[in-house]
Amino acid sequence: MSGPTLYGLAAALLVGLGLYGVLAQASPLRRVLAFNLMGAGVFLMFGVAARRGAAAGLPGDPVPQALVITGIVVAFAATALAVMLMRRLAQTRAEEAAAAASSAPAEHG
Amino acid sequence: MKLALDAVLVATLLVLALFSLAARQARASAIGFMGFGLVLALVWVRLGAVDVALTEAAVGALTGLLLLGATSLATPAAQPSRPLRLALAGLCALVAGGLAFLVLEAPDPAPSLAAAAVEPLAALDLGNPVTAVLLAYRALDTLLETVVVVLALIGIWSLAPDADWRGAPMVPGADAPSPPLRLLARLLPPVGLVVAVHILWIGADAPGGKFQAATLIAAMGLLVLMAGLAPAPKLGNTRLRALVVGGPALFLALGLLGFLVPGSFLAWPEGLAKPVIVLIEVALTTSLAVLLALIVLGPGARRPRA
Repeated sequence: MSGPTLYGLAAALLVGLGLYGVLAQASPLRRVLAFNLMGAGVFLMFGVAARRGAAAGLPGDPVPQALVITGIVVAFAATALAVMLMRRLAQTRAEEAAAAASSAPAEHG
Repeated sequence: MKLALDAVLVATLLVLALFSLAARQARASAIGFMGFGLVLALVWVRLGAVDVALTEAAVGALTGLLLLGATSLATPAAQPSRPLRLALAGLCALVAGGLAFLVLEAPDPAPSLAAAAVEPLAALDLGNPVTAVLLAYRALDTLLETVVVVLALIGIWSLAPDADWRGAPMVPGADAPSPPLRLLARLLPPVGLVVAVHILWIGADAPGGKFQAATLIAAMGLLVLMAGLAPAPKLGNTRLRALVVGGPALFLALGLLGFLVPGSFLAWPEGLAKPVIVLIEVALTTSLAVLLALIVLGPGARRPRA
C-alpha cells in the first residue's frame, strides 16, 4: 500500500468519526470539534488527490492544495462564529437564571 | 521505512481524533484537538503540501485557543439513546466505507492540473504554484474567502448586546497576566513579526504567503493583548474598521480594473501581474491579521462589574 492511499483511508475514517461526533454528541462544543475533525478528513482527501496528481516536477497538484488553504481559513471563521454563538447562549442563560433567582424585573447586563 | 513513518503518523492522528471525541473533560478534548492539528500539519508535509502544513499549524493554534476558551461553557446534556447511537454509527461507517472505496478505486494515473499550473508561472514571475493558483488562476475563490471572513466578523460582532457592540471586546486573562506571559509577550512579537514578513515575502517563490503570515501576526497581537500590555481596541473605531475592509476592498477594486486593461474581472495586466499580486498580498495580510485577531477576541463587551 502506498503512502497516499494510507492517508486516504485515514481521511475516510476521520470523515466517519467526525460525522458520528456531529450527530451523536450532545454538547455543542464537542459537536463543533467533531465538525472540525470531519473537515480535516475532507481536506486530507483533497491532499491525497493533490499528491496523486503530482506532475511537472511538483510534489503535488497545486490546485487542490490552494483550495484546502482557502478551506482551512473558512473553517476557522465558521468555528469562531459557532463558538461565539455558544458563548452568547451561555450568557443569555446565565442572565435568565439570575433574573429568575432574584425574581426582580429582568435588567440588562 | 517511509511507509512505517506514514503508518505511525496515521495511527497517531486517528488516536488523537478518537481521544478528542471521547475525552470525558471538555478541556482534555480541546487539547487533544490541538495535538491533532499539529500531527495533521506533519501529514501535510508528508503529502508534499508545505503551504497547507504552514496554514494548518498556524490556523490550528487559533482554533485551539477558541475551543479552549469555550470549554467552561460545556454543559452536561443528555446523550441520544443507545439504538439511535448504533444506527448513527452504522450510517457513519457506511459513509466512511464509501469514501474508502473511492480512495482504493481512484483512477490511475490521477487527473492533474499541475502541468497547466506550472506553464504560465514564468509569465507571472512567480515561483510558487500555490500562490499563483490563489491569486492569479483562482483569484475569485480567494476574494470570496476574504469576504466570508469579513462576514464572519460581522456575524460575531452582531452577537453583542445593543449597548456594548461598539465597545472593546473582553480579553481572556488580561486582568491578571502571569509574569512569564508578560515576558513572552515582550520577547516574541518582534521575532514573530520578522518571521511573518519573511513568510509573506517568500510566498511568491517558496511555501508561504498571506494566510500564514496573517495568522502569525494575529497570534502576536493576541499575545500582547492577553498579557495586558495593550488595551483591546474599541470595535467602533473607524481606523480599525478601515483596516478590516481595506484589503478585500483593494482586491475587489483591482479586480474591477481588470475589466479595463486585460478585459475581464480579476485578470491582471500583462507584465504587471507580479507587482499587482504583491500589492494585494500585502494589503490582504494586514486586513486578515486584524480580522483573525478580532474574530478570536469576539464581540464587544462591557467590563464585568467588580
